[in-house]
This record gives sequence, structure tokens and C-alpha cells, in this order.
Amino acid sequence: MSFVYEKLFGDKKGMVGFCILAALILVVFPLFLDSFRLNLVGKYLTYAFAAVSLVLLWGYGGTLSLGQGIFFGIGGYAMAMFLKLEASSPENTAIQSTPGIPDFMDWNQLTELPMFWMPFNSFTFTIIAVLVVPTIFAYIIGAAMFKRRVGGVYFAIITQVISVILTVLIVGQQGLTGGINGITDLRTLNGWDITSDSAKNLFYFINCFLLLGVIIASRFILTSKFGRLLLAMRDKEDRVRFSGYDVANFKIFIFCFAAMISAIGGAMFTLQVGFMSPSFVGIVPSIEMVIFAAIGGRMSLIGAVYGTLLINFGKTAFSESFPELWLFLMGGLFIAVVMFFPNGLAGLWEDYGHHITKRFAFLKRFFAKGKIESTSVDGKLEGAN
Amino acid sequence: MGGYSYDELGAIFAMQGFAGISLFSVLLLMALGLAIIFGQMGVINMAHGEFMAAGAYTTYLISSLTETYIPAFMPYYFVFSIVAAFLVAGILGYLAEFVLIRHLYKRPLDTLLATWGLSLIMQQSYRSIFGAREVSPTLPDWLMGAYPATDMIDIPINGMFVLGLTIFTTLAVFYLMFKSSWGLRVRATTQNRLMAGAVGINTKKVDRYTFALGCGIAGMAGAAFTTIASTGPTTGTLYIVDTFMVVVFGGAASLFGTIASAFSIAQAQSILEFFISGSMAKVFTLLTLVIILMFKPEGLFASKVRR
Repeated sequence: MSFVYEKLFGDKKGMVGFCILAALILVVFPLFLDSFRLNLVGKYLTYAFAAVSLVLLWGYGGTLSLGQGIFFGIGGYAMAMFLKLEASSPENTAIQSTPGIPDFMDWNQLTELPMFWMPFNSFTFTIIAVLVVPTIFAYIIGAAMFKRRVGGVYFAIITQVISVILTVLIVGQQGLTGGINGITDLRTLNGWDITSDSAKNLFYFINCFLLLGVIIASRFILTSKFGRLLLAMRDKEDRVRFSGYDVANFKIFIFCFAAMISAIGGAMFTLQVGFMSPSFVGIVPSIEMVIFAAIGGRMSLIGAVYGTLLINFGKTAFSESFPELWLFLMGGLFIAVVMFFPNGLAGLWEDYGHHITKRFAFLKRFFAKGKIESTSVDGKLEGAN
Repeated sequence: MGGYSYDELGAIFAMQGFAGISLFSVLLLMALGLAIIFGQMGVINMAHGEFMAAGAYTTYLISSLTETYIPAFMPYYFVFSIVAAFLVAGILGYLAEFVLIRHLYKRPLDTLLATWGLSLIMQQSYRSIFGAREVSPTLPDWLMGAYPATDMIDIPINGMFVLGLTIFTTLAVFYLMFKSSWGLRVRATTQNRLMAGAVGINTKKVDRYTFALGCGIAGMAGAAFTTIASTGPTTGTLYIVDTFMVVVFGGAASLFGTIASAFSIAQAQSILEFFISGSMAKVFTLLTLVIILMFKPEGLFASKVRR
């Protein structure tokens, strides 16, 4: 029993942190936020998938990918293509010159559905595509680069270029992808209205459970032998290689896993927000995902979620009232985190958290009452201070 | 490519080639600065595009000041604005190194994040000072127009001027890096920081001036940029990825590689643009680069440095 416990939650602290996060997103937010705000939080939590993937890849693996937006985008677009096909049934699109194809294709004088759109008529295929396509894509990129021992800075730049290529491609091929506006007007999933409040609430909870599941899976990876190797590779890659491990394969695996997680986030994004556009694929969103992870703490899976929430709350609040200040603040945050708090919020908690937990020490004493006599002695001493 | 005769194709290549030369000049000036900062110092300067914009805005500022107060000076202001752009961007770079970069030399990936933050702040400053709209300086008359070489081929004068500026700068950078005693110190610091320090080179000072020089050249790129397009707050970000590709493709530590790759990238993009849409030209160029880099990760001209 304790074996499973340690594998999934790390240690006691990890368990407590996980429970607090679960309580916050599953109980506190749904109770205190209206449907609109809850949907907004749900949108933020989809970015958290990418942030968590970056904790694995960058914090533990030491390989910074500036292309998580690619995988977020592929996942989101796969889901959007399925929903769009359903929304453009021949009855719904009877006024078009070619009924039965998505509206933007009709505007671009396409007369039949392109080949690669065909399989997205099937929901099962779409789910598989969301998981498999980004993984294969990541495998190709990863195998090509890690096998040749390209890493670090070069990897970051090349992933960034790939995200630029994908964005330019999506924007340029308007007839096939919906162009700069993206794929919009998504209404139903297998005949079920996804724009209603009840559907949005349901998606919120599915999203939360998926996110918590991803965190547990990631923790499982990190506490395994593979997790140790990952850290070892980050700190002294050559030594791991000389010990007889194939470093490239480990890196490829973690890159593929990170890609898959981000794609799940992308698919959930489309379901909750109701559209997908190239503005979630390019350089800016990809770097923002890195900053979510950095602010939350690049070594903390749970911190990444808090980092995502905090930055996005801040962004929404500030861009509503002081849009000019937001970029200054965001830029300042970037610099401050890198220079002064390299371990982000989680690092701050490690360093200063005990000051706060001390304040709540009475709770601990309350629960521990009668168990150990010495706690009350401690309490008296603290009271005397 | 059907439908074009050989003469026409020749003219198309020549015209697009001249258009590509302007792009080549700006890319090369940007990349020279970045090659010094990234190739020699290992700092990923994501704000490099914003230093270019600083130069472009300086040119714009000097142009409008000259126009209002000393109109007679108009034909000559551009030469001064190039120098001013170099100085302004260089001083900004000097400050950035002092405040930010020097704390991060041991963490190259973190310089990426910090300079991205810097670029956000600089972009917003431009937006607050100069407005969100794109601006362009009034160019002096002698920079406008084109020289008709044959019936079908026009040579744009601004392109030639910018090319001249680029060649001059490149030669100057080569002289600085490979002939002057300062360049010797820079190269020594790059190759072995500890050893360079041990023989009495002030490596911190070398770093600071190298970074400032790189940013200053980006500022000159900005001045050159104003002759071919207008400047907005986000102009820098449009060029930063291309510039990084130029440096990486050329081989990060090789200045000669930077020139070769800037030329081939700019020409490929410019000539492809005529036959397929601009966005697809960009996709093809970048994709080809990525694929080549996957087979030859060290770039075209890798310097054989023992690591």
C-alpha cells in the first residue's frame, strides 16, 4: 500500500499538496464561481497541461521546448476538426454552394472535403488522433534531434521555428484550416449541445480529473527509476551515457509524453472554449506556457498549475483594467522569476512556507491532541514568545 | 514555372534578387549582432529584435526632428541617424548587460526567458511612446527611386545603399574581431574564460562591450530597416526567429557562415515569393532549414572548436 502511495504522490508533503489542489479546483472554484468564471478557470487549466509537461521536460529533463504550443495546437485542432464536421452537416450548411463542408472551405471555393479531414468524421478516430498524432510528431522531431545529440539552446530554437512554421502554414492555408480566424462555431458533440452551461460544467470537471490524472501519472514517472535517470541526464549527461544508458531514447520518451499531455490540454481547450485558432500555436503562447511553469516552479508539478492560474487571473484582471501595465508587469515577472526565484512559487514555499505553516500550527495541535504530550509543551513555549 | 520565357525568368530572378538583397542586408546586420552575442557569448537574446526597433525608432525620431527644426539638413540626416541608431541601441544593450545578462552567463536557457521579458517591456515602451501604429521616417530624396539597368530590370537605390552599409559594417566587424587587439581578447574569452582571465584580460568588461556592440549593430539594422518597411512596436518579433535561423544555420561561431546563410535564406525566400504565396515561401524556407539542421546540427560552417 505504502509503495503505491509513494509512487503516486511522492511523499506526505506531495500528498497534502495534491489534495489541496484537488479540493481547490474540484470544490472551491465550482462553489464560489459563476458559470462564466468557472469556464474561464477551465480554460486556464487546459494551459496547465502544457505547463505540467514543461515541468517534466524542462525542470527535470533539462530540455527546454519552445514548441509546446505545437502539440497543444494539434490536439486542439484535431478536436475542432471533428466538431466542425459535425456542425457542418448538409442540413446545417444548405445555403452554401457546396453543402456539407465547413463554411470556411466554402468561402475559399473548395468543392469537396480534403482527404485529411475525412477520418475526423469519427469520434473514436479523433480521440486517438488527439493522443497519437502529437506523439508521433514529437517522436520524429525528438529522434532527429536527440539522436544527433542536439540539445539545450539549439533544441529550444528549432522547436520554436517549427511552431512558427506551423502557424504560418495554418494562417496561409485558409481553405484547409480556417486561416487566422481558426475553426469557429462549434456547437455539438455527437448531437449534444456543448455551448450550454451544464455541458460546460461537465467539461470543467472532466478537465480537472484529467489534469489530476496527468499529475499523478507524471509523479509516477518521476518517482520511478526513469525519473532519477532524467535528473541525472539533466545534471551530467555524459556520465549517464558512459554508464551505458541510451540518453537519446529517454529524452525522446519524455518529449513524446510531454507532447501527449499538451495535446490533451489542447483538445479540452477546444471543447470548453468552442473554437481553436493559430494564436494558440505560435511563439507567444509557447513561451507563455514556459513562463507558467517557471512562475509556478519548474521543479513542481503542482506549482505549475498554480503558476498557470495566477498568471492567467492576473492577465484577465489587468487587461480588463490596465492593458498597458500588463505587459510591463509580465515582462518584469519574467525577469524577476529568472533572476531572483529560479524555483518559482514552489521554491518560495520551500523557503518561506514554514513561516506560514507555523501560523496554522494550532490546527496541527488540535488534531494531535492527546496523542503526544510534548506538543502542548511546544505550544506553551510558542505562546510565551 | 511554366509560362515564362528564359528572358522573363532571368528578369524575375534579377528583380527578386535585388528585393532579396534588401532583406539580406537587414537579416545580415541583425544576424551579425546576434552571431556576436549568441555565437561568441552563448547568450540567447530574444530582445534582439527590440534593439533593432530601437534603432529604427531613433531614425524616425531624428527624421521628424530634422524635418521640423532644420529642414535644410534633410538630405544628410540619414547618415547621422545610422550612427545615432548604433549608439542608442548600443547604450541600451550596455545597460541590459549590466542589469540583467551578466548574472545569467552560467544559465543560457534562462537568458532566453529573461530577455523575452525584456522584449515585452521594450515593446510596451514603444507602444506607449510612439503609439501602436507603424511609423516610417521621411527618407531623403537621394535614397528614393530606382536606377533602370535594362528595360525589365530596375535596381532600387535604397537597396544598394543598405547593401553598401551592410558590407561596410561586416568588414568593420571582421576587422574588430580578427585584427584588433580587442577582438583577440573577445575570442580568447570565448574560447577559455578562465584562462583568459588568468592572463590578465578583464573578461567582465569584454562581455559588456561585446554585448553592447552586438546590440549596436542591431540598431544599425534598424536604421537600414526603415528604408524598406515601416516600424511598429512588434516589428522586432517578426524578424527574431529568422535571425536566429540565420545564425544557427550558418554555424553559431562562424561569422563567414552567418553571411553565407543570410544570403541564401534571404534569396531563397525572395525568389520563392514570386512563384508561391509569401507565407508558403516562408514555410518552405524554414522547413528546408530545419531539415538541413537535423542532418547537420552544427550548421553550414562549423568552427572546429574543442569543447
